[in-house]
Amino acid sequence: MLAIFKRELKAYFTSPLGYVFLAIFYAFSGVFFWIFSLEMGTTDLSTAFLLMFIVLMVFVPLLTMRLLSEDKKQKTDQLTLTAPISLFSIVMGKFLAAYAIFAAGVAVMPVYGFVMSSFAKVSWLPIWGNTLGLLLLGGIFVSGGLFISALTENQMIAAIGSFFINLMVLLLDTLIGMVPSGIVKTILGSISVYSRYAEITNGIFSLSSVIFFLSVTFIFLFLTVRVLEKKRWA
Amino acid sequence: MIEVKNLTKRYGSKTAVDNVSFSAEDGEILGFLGPNGAGKSTTMNILTGYLSSTEGQALINGVDILEDPVKAKKFIGYLPEQPPLYLDMTVMEYLKFVYSLKKCKLPIKSHLGEICELVKITEVKNRVIKNLSKGYKQRVGLAQALVGNPPVLILDEPTVGLDPKQIIEIRSLIKKLGKNHTVILSSHILPEVQAVCDRIVIINRGKLVANDTSDKLVQNLSGDHKLIVRAEGNPAEIRKLLSTIPNMQDVRINRENVEPGVSEFYLNAKEGNDIRREVSKRLASRNYPLLMMKSSELTLEEIFLKITTGDIYGNIDDEEKKSKRK
Repeated sequence: MLAIFKRELKAYFTSPLGYVFLAIFYAFSGVFFWIFSLEMGTTDLSTAFLLMFIVLMVFVPLLTMRLLSEDKKQKTDQLTLTAPISLFSIVMGKFLAAYAIFAAGVAVMPVYGFVMSSFAKVSWLPIWGNTLGLLLLGGIFVSGGLFISALTENQMIAAIGSFFINLMVLLLDTLIGMVPSGIVKTILGSISVYSRYAEITNGIFSLSSVIFFLSVTFIFLFLTVRVLEKKRWA
Repeated sequence: MIEVKNLTKRYGSKTAVDNVSFSAEDGEILGFLGPNGAGKSTTMNILTGYLSSTEGQALINGVDILEDPVKAKKFIGYLPEQPPLYLDMTVMEYLKFVYSLKKCKLPIKSHLGEICELVKITEVKNRVIKNLSKGYKQRVGLAQALVGNPPVLILDEPTVGLDPKQIIEIRSLIKKLGKNHTVILSSHILPEVQAVCDRIVIINRGKLVANDTSDKLVQNLSGDHKLIVRAEGNPAEIRKLLSTIPNMQDVRINRENVEPGVSEFYLNAKEGNDIRREVSKRLASRNYPLLMMKSSELTLEEIFLKITTGDIYGNIDDEEKKSKRK
């Protein structure tokens, strides 16, 4: 697992991918911070956090698109899949590498808090809560992208596919608004990633949300292992 | 030690490997031979745990590759048809990655240094793999298989893309490795298999058609009952004379006047009959000087063609006809 993690992490910086992702992350979060906190004269970062959902929805697929698809295309999966390691550790190694880059992006959010703390009194609890929320959201985006990447040999298809899934996650909330109240609405409401994330940015940090985010991440990782396993069986 | 028992692999309705069984002892180099698309790579991918078999079993040192893949894979070094290289890494970075991927315990620096020396990539070890020539890429692929010094080496066409000098080097390297490794080597280049391997397994369209030492394969399929003879004298008369030999099936004049007055004959007796003495005696009795006699030994190349086109065993041809009738 460690070998794959290190290799993938390094690969992000031998190609422009890692730099591009981090640059986009820092640029967008910086702009949001400037517009919605500095210009508005508030120490509340929650709008910036909420808008990062849209940004990450579009750009996390960049991070995950080549993780497994490129292996398939270049046949390097013949090395990893015939090495004496479990499929789960291959998947975890890849996931953690992409997640580490993601976390390096998220690490900038508390920095904005520190910037503000030199001008005014900052309430830190929501900022840490939101940061944790963003990290949890990242788990879903990264593992979802990894899963799509396992399904195809083509990076572009992997990127577009995972973007599409992320878009569906966002649009689910619009759909919920149109469904009349009843059992369907309740079910859809309870699987909505966006509303749970919005809840966190509003300062409601519930254990059920944490478990929800972690479970969805785990399900995607599990499915990715199954896809690799299926390749052996098909 | 590798044991393959009744291995079958189906892709939907297409059977890629059909009930293949063979085994390779410790310290044996097994040549895996077949035309393109015969199922060589599929079999090797099953042996290394990259694919699963539909039916049957593959045991590596007694460990079933499906039951305990992690343990079985520890014994194997695998060079696939296309070397699995990460093009964005340097050779040394890549080998170090493979080293930690295989959880190798040998001293890293000396071990990787030795391998680089062995496959002669020391001078390119700090270059990015993307920029290497095909021959070097192939050798890095081979180096990757050797990392961790696994007792079983599975090499899928290891000399593809190399120049003649490198081919000879790699062949002698494989021979050297064969002394303390079990090696399975696939190829469609016959002289290569003949030069390197102790034993040859030929598969065609997923079916095992021959499994023997290369000497025996040659012997079994030719032998003393087929001769090429040159004698001086009237060809028609000599033909008549030789035809009277007991158990003779067929005498053909291959070429007249190979040398002035000398003709070449192709003799085919019933299998298991040594006719050499009789040929010599009869020619001498009529005063036809015998100038040459050799058994028409088939080269491996001819055997291969005969087997894979069904000339000798005939079974493939029959099956084809059957399936056409359907």
